[in-house]
Amino acid sequence: MTAVPDIEFRGVTKRYGAVTAVSGIDLAVPPSAFVALLGPSGCGKTTCLRMIGGFEQPSEGQVFIRGQDMAGTPPYRRPVNMVFQQYALFPHLDVEDNVAYGLRQARPRLSSREIASRAGEALAMVRLAGYGRRKIHELSGGQQQRVALARALVNKPAVLLLDEPLAALDKKLRTDMQIELQNLQREIGITFVLVTHDQEEALSMSDFVCVMNGGRIVQLGQPNEIYDEPVDLFVADFVGKTNLLNGKVAGHSGELVDIALADGTIIAARKRTALQKGETVSVSLRPESLSLGAPGSGRFKGIVRNRIFLGSTAEYAIEVQGIGTLLARADHLIGHGNLFKPGEPVAIGFAAGTPLAFPDPKNNGTNQRVTKHVEIIS
Amino acid sequence: MHGNKFRHNLLTALLLGPAAAWLVVFLVLPFIAIAVFSVGERAPEGGYQAAFTLAQYANLPARATAFWNTMMLAPMGALACLLVAYPVAYYLALQAAQRWRLILLALVVIPFWTSLLMRTYAWMYVLGGRGIPALLAYVGFEDIRLINTPGAVLLGIVYGYLPLMILPIYVSLERLDRRLLEASADLGATPLSTFLGVTLKLSLPGVMTGFSLVMILLLGEYLIPTLLGGGKVFFIGNALVDLFLQSRNWPFGSAIAITLVLVSVVVLIAANRISTRVSGARRVDLI
Repeated sequence: MTAVPDIEFRGVTKRYGAVTAVSGIDLAVPPSAFVALLGPSGCGKTTCLRMIGGFEQPSEGQVFIRGQDMAGTPPYRRPVNMVFQQYALFPHLDVEDNVAYGLRQARPRLSSREIASRAGEALAMVRLAGYGRRKIHELSGGQQQRVALARALVNKPAVLLLDEPLAALDKKLRTDMQIELQNLQREIGITFVLVTHDQEEALSMSDFVCVMNGGRIVQLGQPNEIYDEPVDLFVADFVGKTNLLNGKVAGHSGELVDIALADGTIIAARKRTALQKGETVSVSLRPESLSLGAPGSGRFKGIVRNRIFLGSTAEYAIEVQGIGTLLARADHLIGHGNLFKPGEPVAIGFAAGTPLAFPDPKNNGTNQRVTKHVEIIS
Repeated sequence: MHGNKFRHNLLTALLLGPAAAWLVVFLVLPFIAIAVFSVGERAPEGGYQAAFTLAQYANLPARATAFWNTMMLAPMGALACLLVAYPVAYYLALQAAQRWRLILLALVVIPFWTSLLMRTYAWMYVLGGRGIPALLAYVGFEDIRLINTPGAVLLGIVYGYLPLMILPIYVSLERLDRRLLEASADLGATPLSTFLGVTLKLSLPGVMTGFSLVMILLLGEYLIPTLLGGGKVFFIGNALVDLFLQSRNWPFGSAIAITLVLVSVVVLIAANRISTRVSGARRVDLI
């Protein structure tokens, strides 16, 4: 990458007393990117965001914004702005004064005409023109969210930081805002750094997803890479729904590895790391990679226990003797009559190579951190 | 259902009864009596004689000095209290470590366990000839007079009423959402602008509550000016004692008292208006 990264972490560690919240992070965010920091609560993602904003100082390492080392630079001198969790709007100011707050801090002072026109532009950008004189408590959650966005963007920051911005909205509004945020980011072309624990949100909005766990970056990649090629069991399990089957390595056949499942079935799986023969593994099988058919075909035989109809698709919980309950997702084709009923026997198939085998952390001890993370700060 | 409602009303009446009776006997009736006295005349031998005249009110300028002194002392005393109390409340609410906070708050309240009279007497000795002036004389500053000065009265006021100012300010600062301070810094505000634009404005309900509380108590203050002001600093409270007990001019005293009550009400309403206007609809109700 030739361009100077908008945000760069170099060996950043953050400790609170004896607890390490973030440990040895190296990350470079290219200009004009939409990056999501994704992980369970306590994984260190919010701490990372707060170190960019200047509310926390790294215990070790450096944070750069557009090539400038930010050590010792207070939040009010950093070219970044944040949309806070629950928005943190000023209750004693109306909408316009909230948005104009950042402009009023500028030195040399801006003329009141310029402040009014830029605040108006920012409000128009988030489709709140005409709401300037409303009180904050008179706005709905979605409108407050927009005010927070306008307030953060009015200063034209180099980077916009978003701390779980959609967590307080209902599902419909959340989906709308996801699209709106994406459009906004493309329109103004600055880097957005989003912190979320919601994998769907991360996958749908961002150009890059940075999956974090236990204070470390586990995987960095484009959303489809993260989903299709998870580097370890944690990512496979955390991002998207998946079935995890226990098994043992029975042998190798070229690139693939043969896994003997608990019921004795042998399936061919891809692998991310070298696996020893006899090693205990977990095999990840995405629900949508399973295909359902009439009994007699397929790799497993099972009985439908539950059906969740989702409109365009249906999800089935299917009990397979000796293996457990598998989750399968099938497209719903109108008029096709392809819905299975609870109690019905079905055959489950999948294409060779769709399963992904990972060393089982419970038995190997190498990946302990994946499942044991300390809850610290969210 | 009907019986239930009756029982409920009866219970409410029983619960409120004692307080209501107390207020009627010791507040409402005396207040009516004072209001009636204030339009009456002084009996030749002292006390009250029925009449209807506004002469007592017309005579108020005769005590202009006491009014003037009180009207100066009350806001100044409240302001001095505020200037001392705000940094303390700020430290307690925003800076002090969680485990020390309760102990420090207790230290603020503990002086209340001793009567104000006792504590003010103690100041008489501290400021009197054998107190601090004696110490100062020992290091070479002769003839410094502390007791019976306006400064001594101010000191007594700040000392006596400080907790009443600290606590409401502490409450409003403690409630302050810390993320608002971060948001302000994030938007480019220096610590000073954040303090003026966010912290101070959002703590104004507490400031106004403390200010009006202390100010109203100071409007009727008698003890501290008497003990530490030595009669040289003459206030409405002292004037009232004088009129009722020495010169026995009850109607004039009553007129002064009624005027004082009206001024207090105006102060309360004004303080309330200011704080709700600046900081939105939130307020700290302690009075």
